[in-house]
Amino acid sequence: MSETVVDADLHGHVGAHAAQHPALQHHFESLSQQKEASTLGMWTFLLTEILFFGGLFMAYLLYRTWYHDAFVAASSSIALSWGAFNTVVLIASSLTMALAVRSAQTDQRTALVGWLVATMVLGTVFLGVKVIEYADKFAHHHVPGPDFVWESEHPAPAGAGDEHLSHAETAATRDPALQYHTQIFFSLYFTMTGLHALHMIIGIGIMLVITYMAWQGRFDAHYYTPVEMSGLYWHFVDIVWIYLFPLLYLIDRS
Amino acid sequence: MSHIATVKSYVAIFLTLMVLTAITVAVAYVNLGPLNKVVALGIASFKATLVILYFMHVKYSSQLTKLVVVAGFFFLVLLLGLTMADYGSRAWLPLPPTLQ
Repeated sequence: MSETVVDADLHGHVGAHAAQHPALQHHFESLSQQKEASTLGMWTFLLTEILFFGGLFMAYLLYRTWYHDAFVAASSSIALSWGAFNTVVLIASSLTMALAVRSAQTDQRTALVGWLVATMVLGTVFLGVKVIEYADKFAHHHVPGPDFVWESEHPAPAGAGDEHLSHAETAATRDPALQYHTQIFFSLYFTMTGLHALHMIIGIGIMLVITYMAWQGRFDAHYYTPVEMSGLYWHFVDIVWIYLFPLLYLIDRS
Repeated sequence: MSHIATVKSYVAIFLTLMVLTAITVAVAYVNLGPLNKVVALGIASFKATLVILYFMHVKYSSQLTKLVVVAGFFFLVLLLGLTMADYGSRAWLPLPPTLQ
């Protein structure tokens, strides 16, 4: 979209100036000023989100400090492969999101739509894996509530021996304190990953809207702010997972 | 206009994040005592920094944007630090005799 200087202006102002981009709101002097305002607004919102998750991280920090052994045992019972796979999927979705923004910056509408779709697909894969993980927790009675039961690790396959069971697990399978403390871990697990998954669902919803707008041709190299702002939200959700993964899945697997 | 990064640079950041993820998983299997936490959180923070600077374009953003981002993490540190200081120091002083 080239910027041409026109003598006839549209709003009765005197003087020749570049034709206004239709996305420029009247209370901003330029698209770049408008974009800066949007960026600051989105980052301010993300700050509230940092503190929102921050509260849960604080609870986690405290209980992990107090009940470290129970947290190690509970964390080690979660399948690491799904968590690692989801981490790769989510970081890949951040890559596709960044490439989507880049496509908008370079006026490539088809590529923009393509990368946005890829981002949504990866986000959905992530959520699908979470469903599998949650189903696994229900099956093992690791969901906090009246059905919660903490046993030591699943019985080993024949011939594996007992060396994989830690001292804490063999000695305290039905220790009431351990029942209580591992239940706290799983409460935090479900609350933190659940809140994160809710943010993912909202993020995919936002991406659907943005993808539709992109497909309609609402964005160009001069104006792609909604794409970039949605990207900021998406990357934030990715960053939350970057912290959740080691804290929930990798407390101590040695 | 704003800075347009190359596809190569984005892929490079992605691959770096993948390597760091692999390292995080590998280190979890080694007993480093108190260092395990430090390494895990250190790597996670470095990954977050890469995402913020390059994927979220903060490196190419205005000083004001950078300030807002830093402010966010400053308040998080305040939340975590002061709350842990509170809990951590509870055993330091006994209750007054009238409340014991």
